[in-house]
Amino acid sequence: MSRKQKNIGTGILILAAVVLIALFDNDVIGNAYVKRVLNLAAIYAIISVSMNLVNGFTGLFSLGQAGFMAIGAFSVAIFTVPEQYISSIFYIEPMAPWLAAIRLPFVAALLVGGLIAAALALLIGYPVLRLKSDYLAIATLGFSEIIRIVFTQLQTITNGALGINRIPGITTMWVPFGAAAVCIGIMVLLIRSSYGRAFKAIREDDIAAEAMGINLSFHKNLSFAVSSFFTAIGGGLYAALLTSVDPKQFYFTMTYNFLLIIVLGGMGSVTGTVIASFIITGGLEWLRFFDEPLSIMGVNIPIFRSGLRMVVFSILLMVLVLFYSKGLMGQKEFSWDGIYRQYEKIKGRLKRTSAKRKGGAA
Amino acid sequence: MGKTVLEVNDVTMQFGGVVAVNNLSLHVEEGEIIALIGPNGAGKTTAFNVITGVYAPTNGQVKFKGELISANYPHGQMRRKYLGEQETLDKYSAKKSLTPDRITKLGVARTFQNIRLFKNLTVFENVLTAKHMRSKANFLSATFGLNYKEERKNRQETDELLTLLGLYDVRGEIASSLPYGKQRHLEIARALATRPELLLLDEPAAGMNPQETDELTAFIRRIKEDFHLTVFMIEHHMDLVMEISDRIYVLDFGKLIAEGTPEEIQNNQRVIDAYLGVQKDE
Ligand SMILES: Nc1ncnc2c1ncn2[C@@H]1O[C@H](COP(=O)(O)OP(=O)(O)OP(=O)(O)O)[C@@H](O)[C@H]1O
Ligand SMILES: [Mg+2]
Repeated sequence: MSRKQKNIGTGILILAAVVLIALFDNDVIGNAYVKRVLNLAAIYAIISVSMNLVNGFTGLFSLGQAGFMAIGAFSVAIFTVPEQYISSIFYIEPMAPWLAAIRLPFVAALLVGGLIAAALALLIGYPVLRLKSDYLAIATLGFSEIIRIVFTQLQTITNGALGINRIPGITTMWVPFGAAAVCIGIMVLLIRSSYGRAFKAIREDDIAAEAMGINLSFHKNLSFAVSSFFTAIGGGLYAALLTSVDPKQFYFTMTYNFLLIIVLGGMGSVTGTVIASFIITGGLEWLRFFDEPLSIMGVNIPIFRSGLRMVVFSILLMVLVLFYSKGLMGQKEFSWDGIYRQYEKIKGRLKRTSAKRKGGAA
Repeated sequence: MGKTVLEVNDVTMQFGGVVAVNNLSLHVEEGEIIALIGPNGAGKTTAFNVITGVYAPTNGQVKFKGELISANYPHGQMRRKYLGEQETLDKYSAKKSLTPDRITKLGVARTFQNIRLFKNLTVFENVLTAKHMRSKANFLSATFGLNYKEERKNRQETDELLTLLGLYDVRGEIASSLPYGKQRHLEIARALATRPELLLLDEPAAGMNPQETDELTAFIRRIKEDFHLTVFMIEHHMDLVMEISDRIYVLDFGKLIAEGTPEEIQNNQRVIDAYLGVQKDE
């Protein structure tokens, strides 16, 4: 395939995506529900690619997504909720006055959340990532729960367990999709830069990477902080999409969604992760009927109750890991050459079978 | 011959109750090719790991071009448990250990006994990655491509290096798909990309047949000249060692039992007893 053909192909894909979003956004096709699921998928794509940066590209094992997301979500909630609603939202204890005085535009609140998340990531990463063995999973899991509990307690800042509602919502699909394009784009550029190569070297063989002059601690922390930054951005978008947040949303089970996405998409594949984000987010919505009570011919099926969805989900994850451990894309990325090769392979196979059939007939 | 490149003084490396290296002293001068030999388990790889900063020694010090890169002495619990040579026990009182990446930056590169390539990356990426350490761009300017000149230069140099080492035609292959001999070459290429002054090779001819070993001998000579290297290598193939080395150190059970020119070593009774006598053909 020539370069020109590839560029045309890519152009068509982007154009198709833009047209589709425009059609959805202007209610030509789909409905509010579909729009919401798509928006959620775009946000999940940001968070999943961030997670993949650490887990798939740097070879670390972090499970802190929910915690970093919560930071971003509450940053947006706290700083963008309109002043006139504050007293009615914080009705048990009023919001700390110094905090109530700071009202920020959405983008600024997103960035604040991202920066706080990155700083906290460094705080955890600095002691933990120096150790050779992988304590990061435990530390991040613990961190994620601590954040949730702390947010439940900080009544005057986060409104505790009640959470914050009436967050200005997202009015157009261009916000989550635009943010996804920018955030994922930046992460792709980072992965392709010499720092990204250093991340991959650490994933492949940390002893060799260190012997090649790569400072392990620095690069692991960098990857972890960047990942946390974008996870928080995703969390902030999530808060704006839902227009309400409370700490319960950020149980560590939330992290498993993203884990499933990157395992399905391929550890170390950005395009795989993006595709899987849409499959899983859509699939999770579709699986929702497992959580509803179900009765067949008047008999209530007892296992159909809230929580079953996660059981089904876990089974899917297990099946995936057992039989399809490389996911959709493995470490590969979408490429026209790849598509072309697949096409040639299928064509070859078809030819061979038809030749065989002819041979058999003769 | 000029200055001393590497200086190892009274280095002992103890793991629990195992003294892998016991009071080892040696030096490598600029431009030399030095071999470290000894039976299996003698502590050769451990010595390399101490020199490259993978382990901090239990006692003794290592200097690169006169600069202290690691030093230690038995203290705390180790003082009681210390099983190494007692003579040098109180000789040192400094503690220093640079991490392996810092030591590589100073100009020491190495290969590994059991090849450690970046398996899923291409040949080109393997070598290019080794250039990261010398690039100046921070992660933001690298992400946004502001360092494109440097990046282009690194890519160009990588291709030149691959051409020079006969790996250019496989540059797009995944490292783990290369035949064994080429993987060894690639590991050396990657080490050279860090622009070392001292190259440490841990059994570069392991698993090679006599013809490949001969080629490797010529190859090491050539890169030594082309890249102005000092070479320090561990090797079991005696033909290669005897042909190429300026001097040889012999290690047995962690202790240095002989040093000298190839002729001297070949005629040394202790070495013959300890090593050459029991040497098995690979
Ligand atoms: N990290 C470690 N922990 C405990 N013991 C170790 C460690 N590294 C090496 N040893 C021990 O030190 C001794 C020397 O090992 P080393 O690998 O240095 O030998 P070698 O001379 O390189 O042998 P070979 O020719 O087989 O490569 C061995 O008994 C080994 O078991
Ligand atoms: Mg060894």
